[in-house]
Amino acid sequence: MTLALSAPAGFAPVARRRLWIERITGLGFALPAFVLLLLTILLPLAVLLWLSLTNYEFGGVDMDWVGFANFGKALADPIIRRSLVNTLLYVAIVVPGGVLGALMIAVLVHRRTRSRSLYEVIYFLPVTSTLIAMATVWQFLLHPSLGPVNGVLKWLGFAPVAFLSEPSTALATLAVIGIWQLIGFNMILFLAGLTAIPRDLYEAADIDGCSSGIDRFLTITWPLLGPTTMFVLVTTMITAFKIFDTVAVMTRGGPVGSTEVLLYNIYLEGFQYFHTGYAAALTFIFLAFILVFSAVQTFALDRKVHY
Amino acid sequence: MATVALSSIAKSFGSTKVLGGVDLDIADGEFLTLVGPSGCGKSTLIRIIAGLEHQDGGGVAIGGSRVDHLRPHERRVAMVFQSYALYPHMSVRANIALPLTMSRLSLRQRLPLLRLLSRRRREVMRGIEADVGAVAMQLQLDHLLDRKPAQLSGGQRQRVALGRAMVRQPAVFLMDEPLSNLDAKLRVHMRTELAELHKRLGATFIYVTHDQVEAMTMSDRVAMMDSGSILQLGTPSRLYEKPASLKVAQFIGSPAINLLPATVAAAGRLELFGRPMALAVPLAQGQAVTLGIRSEALALVHGEPGAPGRAWFTARLRRKENLGSEYILHFDLAGRDAQGVTMRTTPAIAAGLSEAAEVTLGFDEAACHIFGTDGGRVEPRGENGATGSVVPLRA
Amino acid sequence: MTDLTLSAAGPVTPVHSVLRRFITLALVHGVLIAGAIFMLAPFIWMLVTSIKPPAEIFSAEISLWPKQFYGVQNYLFALEKAPLLRFALNGLVLCLGILTVQLLVAIPCAYALAKLNFPGRNALFVLVLLGLCIPVQVPAMPLYIALAQLGLLNTYFSMMVPFFLSVFAIFLFRQFFRSFPDDIINAARLDGMSEFEIVWWIVTPSAWPAIAAFSVFSAVAHWNDLYWPLIVISDAKLAPPPLGMMFFADAETGSNYGALTAAATILTAPLVIAFLIARRRFIDGITMTGVK
Repeated sequence: MTLALSAPAGFAPVARRRLWIERITGLGFALPAFVLLLLTILLPLAVLLWLSLTNYEFGGVDMDWVGFANFGKALADPIIRRSLVNTLLYVAIVVPGGVLGALMIAVLVHRRTRSRSLYEVIYFLPVTSTLIAMATVWQFLLHPSLGPVNGVLKWLGFAPVAFLSEPSTALATLAVIGIWQLIGFNMILFLAGLTAIPRDLYEAADIDGCSSGIDRFLTITWPLLGPTTMFVLVTTMITAFKIFDTVAVMTRGGPVGSTEVLLYNIYLEGFQYFHTGYAAALTFIFLAFILVFSAVQTFALDRKVHY
Repeated sequence: MATVALSSIAKSFGSTKVLGGVDLDIADGEFLTLVGPSGCGKSTLIRIIAGLEHQDGGGVAIGGSRVDHLRPHERRVAMVFQSYALYPHMSVRANIALPLTMSRLSLRQRLPLLRLLSRRRREVMRGIEADVGAVAMQLQLDHLLDRKPAQLSGGQRQRVALGRAMVRQPAVFLMDEPLSNLDAKLRVHMRTELAELHKRLGATFIYVTHDQVEAMTMSDRVAMMDSGSILQLGTPSRLYEKPASLKVAQFIGSPAINLLPATVAAAGRLELFGRPMALAVPLAQGQAVTLGIRSEALALVHGEPGAPGRAWFTARLRRKENLGSEYILHFDLAGRDAQGVTMRTTPAIAAGLSEAAEVTLGFDEAACHIFGTDGGRVEPRGENGATGSVVPLRA
Repeated sequence: MTDLTLSAAGPVTPVHSVLRRFITLALVHGVLIAGAIFMLAPFIWMLVTSIKPPAEIFSAEISLWPKQFYGVQNYLFALEKAPLLRFALNGLVLCLGILTVQLLVAIPCAYALAKLNFPGRNALFVLVLLGLCIPVQVPAMPLYIALAQLGLLNTYFSMMVPFFLSVFAIFLFRQFFRSFPDDIINAARLDGMSEFEIVWWIVTPSAWPAIAAFSVFSAVAHWNDLYWPLIVISDAKLAPPPLGMMFFADAETGSNYGALTAAATILTAPLVIAFLIARRRFIDGITMTGVK
């Protein structure tokens, strides 16, 4: 009796000590990450929120509490409105092009046996290349008089197009470059999704009469690729919404504001004109869009688009 | 309903030869099983019949006409896959209906949006719905029609796969190890169901399995395959009672057939463990042969061994395996150059033996199978010295 | 006889099906090759232009090979006008520095989140998930102000600091560590290993594929990042490749396309060559980090 009692009593402190050690190590391991999380994300977010409610200008001395005036001003500002419209327009071109194009290429590449890896490399190449350097090359490619693209157009009997200095074509041109940059990435994601579809299903479909490519795609590929498509769609939207590099290097918002995008305006307000408070409010508008896109993804993936 | 005729089907994957000229004629309404160890080419053969794989040489004819140039769905065959290959995003109803929607609706009527324009579509869909309902009723799936495959048990998925095959009323059913993903009990049950289904439909069934019990219990005829060719083709009892080669004898039957080494002595008389037997074979003196004795052919010998026509040897009981209605006894052949033997017997006889008992086992010489060094079956010479024959091996 | 039965049996004769297969194949490759030309055109034009003399660059005709090889002059001019190799070195320092700290911070934290029970674990994980949705452009301004106050602008440190914490790495490694068998960890504990040793000697080596994948992802992202360096770096000596390219293009090189493309080639080459060598690793790495 005493023996039976003393055993758990002797065991308990050991177990408690073990638990205690685990808690301390856990906290210790998480601490550096938590400190960095605090310093580089949480605290800056709090400061940003505070800044957005003031008229602070970096380098200035005085500042006033202005409440939501910055937000009101931003929503009324024609430049910001235009940049928001431009950004969404850019997203609206890049998303269908980058997702459907990648899907088509992935479906075509997937069935190739010997040439598959060659095509993979070619299409993936722009993903790893430095966009800023390639932007310079694109600029030259699209040059109204020196560029080979216009050379080909002239040879075909068309009038040359000043792609980047024409307000009507500049944004679309940037969107094409955006598609060029990310189509390979999306293709690889689709290929991973396609590989996960069991071969058996295609064979069963073949016996059941899905003989044409269209039938196979509509019956098997498209529905089973649902989750992948959703993921690719949202990542592409977020990436496209963050367009900055090509604008900063190739057009600087021009011609006549036709390529002014949200992030470029935030950069200008925050780090060129130092309208810090105002830029902070713009950053929150930017963040709101990103969060909506992310929420769509979480929601859709929770619903399990497939089965 | 249709016959299936295969003529010298050959297939290689790269440098590996998988099928080396297989000939096979399957009668209308027959249940034929292709059985053999994994890698023997049986799955490749059934996939060639289905049109999923293309043969390098030879031809397939279904119902008397060649189908080599036809796509799988044009061959009037249905297939049940080992993994069932159900479309995971579709309900049971849509899974079963798919072959019909594909054949009864035109491409224009199947395309999303565009199909809304078709008036005839609804009428056709109603017909399909009725057919699906009839099949579901037969397979007792009617209460599951709105579920997705992920919500079904293994046996239910199996039945959906069958339903999808049945709904088109194909001439030939192809089944590639359809029961191997089920647990043992369900497998036994589905064996009966499949056999009954075959009888009811009257269609030609070609069934692939590595399980000799499935082959024995369901088929009209069994084709035993190994290394890309058919070793023996015949009724299940024929394969069991007259195996054409050592490989067939070893593969068919459970527990596996007992093998004892014997030698040919003077005048073709066989010697088992140095004792002469009454059997004689048309082989040269000094050759080694293998005797195959089914476990039910062995019996305990009480008293003096050596009755005419009965061979015997001594063994020690290693283990008794109780199967309820019967016992399997495992014996060691101590000090002999042979593996142990198994004997199937009644509980009463088994009860009389204790572990490690030394016993004498005997068998009727007429009940044993003789195989030469090449593995081929050797027929014994008749009683009066009439010449027997060496059955040529089918390579 | 056989021919007769063959053609009578069905509507599709073998000749037809062969022809059909050939046409589909040609169509598929046609589409893929057209796409491939679009993808490769900038790279090809970059390489071709970088070895052309100015006269040929400014001539109206399109040629894929220079009549006069001018590569040496272009590349030398580019290297002379701007410290291109310095930019590449900066990129290397930046990527290695960021990656090292990211791994040192994220691995223990991911292990703690996956395998240890400590107060606040769930809260921390929720923060990590939220952090996944916040791009660096959001905390950029407060970070810039803080760095300016501390006098740290125009340093390697300022370029790296926002990326030291990768919530993505924590998330990825946590998923990986969760599938690591508890039994092995317990066995190591019984053998007297400390948790610290378990993380670095037992668990981390097993997560090698995830770490390799993340490293590729991180290196590609930071070698090519422009936004943050553009904000904190004004000293050309510290510029990473994209910013360096921007400085170079802004400077008097203006429309000297031969030199510009030579510079672009030099700054794009390291990653592209690494990609061509470790093709599978790159593709798997970036896919893995993409699919999660």
